[in-house]
Amino acid sequence: MPAATAIGYTRSAIALHWAVALLILAALPMGLYMTELTLSPLKLKLYAYHKWLGVTVFLLALPRLLWRLSHPPPPLPASVPAWQRRAAHALHWALYALMLALPLSGWLMSSAKGFQTVYLGLLPIPDLLPKDEALGERLAAVHATLAYVLLAALLVHVAAALKHHFVDRDEVLTRMLPWIRRPAP
Amino acid sequence: MRGLAWVCIIALGAAAPAAASTFDRLLPAKSQIVFVSRQMGVPVEGGFKRFSGEIALDPARPEAARATLEVDLASIDVGAREAYDEVVSRNWFDVRQYPSARFVATSIRPLSGERYEVRGQLTLKGRTREIVVPVSLRAQGTEAVMEGSFTLKRLDYGIGTGPWGDTSIVADEVQVRFRLTAGRSAPAPGGRSAARP
Repeated sequence: MPAATAIGYTRSAIALHWAVALLILAALPMGLYMTELTLSPLKLKLYAYHKWLGVTVFLLALPRLLWRLSHPPPPLPASVPAWQRRAAHALHWALYALMLALPLSGWLMSSAKGFQTVYLGLLPIPDLLPKDEALGERLAAVHATLAYVLLAALLVHVAAALKHHFVDRDEVLTRMLPWIRRPAP
Repeated sequence: MRGLAWVCIIALGAAAPAAASTFDRLLPAKSQIVFVSRQMGVPVEGGFKRFSGEIALDPARPEAARATLEVDLASIDVGAREAYDEVVSRNWFDVRQYPSARFVATSIRPLSGERYEVRGQLTLKGRTREIVVPVSLRAQGTEAVMEGSFTLKRLDYGIGTGPWGDTSIVADEVQVRFRLTAGRSAPAPGGRSAARP
């Protein structure tokens, strides 16, 4: 059996995938939770952390996208039916789009609501829009909708990976998780 | 509700009756009081929408000026509607108990050109502290404009206590900026006519 990396993703692709995954897994539930809180010091803290996570996702998604474009991913196993290939392809590009669109919509929303994003509390990021309460509300709805779309896309992404591992027993999951043994066929 | 009352009394010659050239009316519509707080390192602008005051400013003798400014605390805008109920509550301004704050200037000292140093007592939420404010003054035609800014420490006045006392979340320093415009009352019929500067 060839080493996972020989048929798989580059180390950079794997590192970027998991870095972004962990950041999203922190930012997404945080966003769902913090918006339900009444105003408190904790709420302000979580909003700040959420924005910093989002900026970091954006900053990693750009090189990730460039890496993806310059390093084609390993092909899917031959056993995967054509419709699943198309679905996998579409879902991956949707995830890339969401990785960029969620931080971007959050940044626009913050700008319109009059709350600048100051990365890590140190680096002010310029506001893209002037303060506009109504626009801020609309962008908040856009941001929330995109978040639910991302949540749904991630569930499908994870479910598909698990299906490949436990049902199809192929290398689709392990090539992105090389420290886990590929299931015996 | 009354409000954040700042009484800006610039005291020298306070007893002298207002001369015809004196600016003796604060024009709230042309005045503005804003502040910038920092929340998790993010500067957030707010302001007070309602304030009033009395003023007696002779541009020929600004050191002798006298002014009173009253600002309505309940008219606060902290930049987000969701935050209003919190900021008027007991931990913050407690506007039910302290509807107004007060600034009484005790001296004015010329610095250079149109710049002055105004010193006075600021009373906010029942606590009084002396503050020193650099103010620029420009009198043009029928209006005089005073502009300045200063930084206060909110905890000096017990603003944002309890869980909000953590200054790593909301900074202690709050920058206050103001632009106050004063005009002249119409001269009384038969009174001395105003000599326009």
